[in-house]
Amino acid sequence: MPEPQPQAAATAPPLPPAVVLRELTRRFGDFTAVNRVSLEVTRGEIFGFLGPNGAGKSTTIRMLCGILPPTSGSGSVAGFDIASQSEQIKKQIGYMSQKFSLYEDLTVEENIDFYSGIYRIPGAKKRERKEWVIEMAGLADRRGARTATLSGGWKQRLALGCAILHEPPIVFLDEPTSGVDPVSRRSFWELIYRLAGAGVTIFVTTHYLEEAECCDRLGFIFGGELIALGSPAELKKGFPGEIVALECERPFEVLKRVEALPGVRQATLFGAGLHLTVDRAETLIPALREALPDLEVHLERIAPSLEDLFVSFMEARTG
Amino acid sequence: MYERLKAMLIKEFIQVLRDPRMRFVVFIIPAVQTIIFGYAVNTDVRHVATAIYDLDNSSQSRELADRFLQSGYFELTERVSDEARARELIDRGEVKALLRMNHGFGAGLIGGRGATVQLILDGTDSNTAGIVLNYAVRIANGYGSQLQLAAVQRAAGRSLPVHGVELASRAWYNENLESRNYFVPAVITNIVFIITMLLSSMAVVREKEIGTIEQVIVTPIGKGEFILGKTVPFVLIGFINVALVSLVAVFWFEVPLRGSLMLLFGSTAVFLMSSLGIGLLISTISRTQQQAMMSAFFVIFPAMLLSGFAFPIESMPEPVQWLTYLNPMRFFLVIIRSIFQKGVGLEILWPQLLALSIIGVVILTLAIARFKKNLS
Repeated sequence: MPEPQPQAAATAPPLPPAVVLRELTRRFGDFTAVNRVSLEVTRGEIFGFLGPNGAGKSTTIRMLCGILPPTSGSGSVAGFDIASQSEQIKKQIGYMSQKFSLYEDLTVEENIDFYSGIYRIPGAKKRERKEWVIEMAGLADRRGARTATLSGGWKQRLALGCAILHEPPIVFLDEPTSGVDPVSRRSFWELIYRLAGAGVTIFVTTHYLEEAECCDRLGFIFGGELIALGSPAELKKGFPGEIVALECERPFEVLKRVEALPGVRQATLFGAGLHLTVDRAETLIPALREALPDLEVHLERIAPSLEDLFVSFMEARTG
Repeated sequence: MYERLKAMLIKEFIQVLRDPRMRFVVFIIPAVQTIIFGYAVNTDVRHVATAIYDLDNSSQSRELADRFLQSGYFELTERVSDEARARELIDRGEVKALLRMNHGFGAGLIGGRGATVQLILDGTDSNTAGIVLNYAVRIANGYGSQLQLAAVQRAAGRSLPVHGVELASRAWYNENLESRNYFVPAVITNIVFIITMLLSSMAVVREKEIGTIEQVIVTPIGKGEFILGKTVPFVLIGFINVALVSLVAVFWFEVPLRGSLMLLFGSTAVFLMSSLGIGLLISTISRTQQQAMMSAFFVIFPAMLLSGFAFPIESMPEPVQWLTYLNPMRFFLVIIRSIFQKGVGLEILWPQLLALSIIGVVILTLAIARFKKNLS
C-alpha cells in the first residue's frame, strides 16, 4: 500500500506502527461495546474510524489512550502496550475528547498555561507554543476571555491546540467536529492536514462521510465490530453490485414500487431521489423504464459513494 | 514534579477564588457559623420561666418562693391559683417549672412536722430539667437547714456554733462556667471537617461530572501530582477557617486562647489528613457532585454526634464509646478545647495527636490506593 511516510521515518530506525489493535474487546456488564477489533495504523497516516453513534468508537479511542482498561485482547500505541504501559503512551499522544473538556471557568491563556505546565514544556518553548496555539485557533483577540464564552468552532480549535501543545507524534481526535458549523469544520480539517503533513499520525473518529473521504484509510465499526477496513477507493471498489441513481417526483412513493422489482437488491432514499443497489445496471435501467411508464424519471449508473457502501453494510448487518 | 504541581495549584486556586459561591463558603460561612454557635449553643441555665402555685399563702411559703426567685435561676412568669391554669402554662411551654405549695405548708413547718413542696418540671428537654432540679434541691435544702438550725437554737435558748461542711468550689480553666468558652472553639473542628472534606471531594467529582478530568488523565501527570494539586488548596483553606473562627472566638466572644498558635495550626494540619482523606475516598465512589454531597453527609452526622462536641462521650454506652476512637473529630476536639481553655501543650496532648496521625495516615493511604487515573 503506498502510504505517505513521515520524513522522520526515512532517516531514523524504523518505528513501530503508530497504533495496533489485536482482538481488542471492552464489555460494560453484559454489553459488549467493542468486540474483538483488530487493525493497524501506520505512522503518518490519517486513519478514519467511522461508525454510527454508539458503535464503540469512543470506547476504542479511550482504551488506546490508556484511560480505559480493555476487558480482553491487546493493543499498542507507539510501541507501548495499552494495558501495562499507559503512562508511557500518554507522553506520545494528544487526545481530544468528544465533549469539550477544557476548563470553562478559566481563560484561553490560563487553559494553555495549565496544559503546558502539565506537559512540562520547557520555559523557552512555552511562549512560542502558546502563541502558536492562539494563532492557530484564531484567538488573538480573545486570549483573556473565559473559555465558556467561546463559540463551538473556537472551543474545538483551542482544545486541539491544548492537546498538541507538546507536539505528540500521534493524535487521537474523537468526533472533533460534531456540533460545529461547516465553515469551522472545514478549517479544522485544514489543521488536521497541516499536522499530517508534518508527519503526525492522526486517528480520528467521525460519523460524517464527507470527512471520511479525507482520510487515508478507514475502519468502519458497527455494533462494536469492525466490519470494513481499507482506503476509501479500495472500499468503494469492493462494493457488491452497482448503483443506479433515480431522480423523480415524490421518491418516497416510488421507493415502494421499485423495491419489489426483480434485480433490485436494495433501494434507499438519497437526497431528492433514490439510490438502487442492483446486480447489473445495464439490464436494469430499461426494465425500470418499463416498470414506471407513468412517471418521468431520470436514470443513471453512478459510482458508489461511501454512503452507499455504509448503508449497504449496515443493512446487511441489521437484516 | 514541581512544575506540574504548580500548574495544578494555580488552576485550582483560580477556580476556587473565581467562583463567588466558593468565596462565600470559604470566607463568610466560617465566621457566620461561629457567631451563630456562640449565641445559640448555650447550655447555661438561667432565668427559668417559673409559675408559682401557692395554696398556702403563709409567710413560710412566700419566703420559699422568694428564695427561688432571688436565686437568679428562676424567674416568675405567673402566680396561678388553680390546677388547670398551671397545666395549661406547662403544656404551652410558657413555663418550664411549677412550684406548688399545698395548704398547711407553713403550719407543718411551725408545728415541727415538716412539709412538702412540689416542683413540676417540663422534662421535654431532659438536660435542662436535670440542671433546674439540681438548683431547686439546693434552695429547698438551704431553706430547710436554716429552719432546723433556728428551731434547735430556740430550744436551747442560745445561739449554737454551726458544725457543718462548707463546699468551696472553684472551676479551673473556665471560672464562670461559661458554656460559650467550651463550644465556640469547638466550632473549629466542625467547620474545618465539613468544609475541607466536602469541598475536596466535590472538586474532584466536579471534574468527573463536567468531563474535564478526561483531558487531564490522558496527560502524563502523576497520580500523586494530581492528588496533591487537588488537596493542597484545601489545606490552605482549612488554615484560613481555623484563623477566622479563632479571630471571631477571641475578639467577638472574648473566649480565652491560652495555648500556642503553632500547636493549633500544627494539629490542624494533622487533622486535615483525615478530612481530606475522607474527601478523596468519597470522590472515588461518587460520579456526580450530588452523590458526593450525600456521601459526605452520611459521614458528617455520625462524626459530629460521636465526637463529644455536644454530647459527652463518657455518657454513651460502652460499645458506642469504642466506636468514637475511630473518629478523628473526637481527638481534634480534645486538642482544640485544651489549647484554647487549658493552654496545655504537646506534653499533654501527644496521645491525641498520635491517634490523629494514625487515623490520618490510614485514611489517606486508603484513599490514594483507591484513586485511579482512568475512567473505569
